[in-house]
Amino acid sequence: MTVPVSYYLILSAIVFLTGVVGVLIRRNIIAILLSVELMLNATNINFVAFSEQLHDLGGQVFVFFALTVAAAEVAVGLAIIIALHRSRSTINVEEFNLLKW
Amino acid sequence: MAQLFFGYFAGVIALTAILVVALKNPIYSALSLLVMFFHVAGLYVTLHAEFLAAVQIIVYAGAILVLYLFVVMLLNLKRDDQYHSQWRAVGLVSIPLLIEFMVLIAGGNAAGPGPAPAESVDGGGGNTLAIGETLFSTYLFPFEVASLILLVAMIGAIILAKKDVMESPTP
Repeated sequence: MTVPVSYYLILSAIVFLTGVVGVLIRRNIIAILLSVELMLNATNINFVAFSEQLHDLGGQVFVFFALTVAAAEVAVGLAIIIALHRSRSTINVEEFNLLKW
Repeated sequence: MAQLFFGYFAGVIALTAILVVALKNPIYSALSLLVMFFHVAGLYVTLHAEFLAAVQIIVYAGAILVLYLFVVMLLNLKRDDQYHSQWRAVGLVSIPLLIEFMVLIAGGNAAGPGPAPAESVDGGGGNTLAIGETLFSTYLFPFEVASLILLVAMIGAIILAKKDVMESPTP
């Protein structure tokens, strides 16, 4: 008895929605990056579920590329956070209004 | 049996995803995300993507999350983190998504079981071999582009985190 693919879609929607809410309501910039990781994982679950459903390995290969981009994003994002913390000595996103109009 | 495993993994994934957002201490958020990564890897195993499950644990739980914890402890965060007052934006985004979610639930039962699954193409240990062959034949050019992305990210991280760059523009 296999699990229908709509269950995976529902799980992925829940995780993605949690990530969106986290990006919108958190003020700690590290928590915002963690929420972005949640969203990336939600899309990965979708990719693997459809790869299993359609018997096509392209979905799993795309998860690799999403993982590569996630690693690059974490490296650059954390470097930006360290630079910001060095210049402003806070990581609350409401303190960063240099580019706000 | 498969539905039992799916129920366990999906329940823990949803719970820990909510905990990542809800917990105020960033270290607890990161550790909850670690639990979520392990359960996502378990979900990949039930989907016959064993190699991907191993990569998920090694890269996400081993590299990315350690980097997060490293930065959290390097910056020595206090626990005064509070939530935004952006509930209007949250409502604007999540109400349409919630409606789509309801439509998905309502339509999922009516749509029937979908196409009948044929016999598994990549059962057991052939998964890694099949992924390797696909990755190095069909997706060879995106693979090279991914290596370029990693190189650019590495150089960018080194330049951004260097001390001399931020010296002059500080007021």
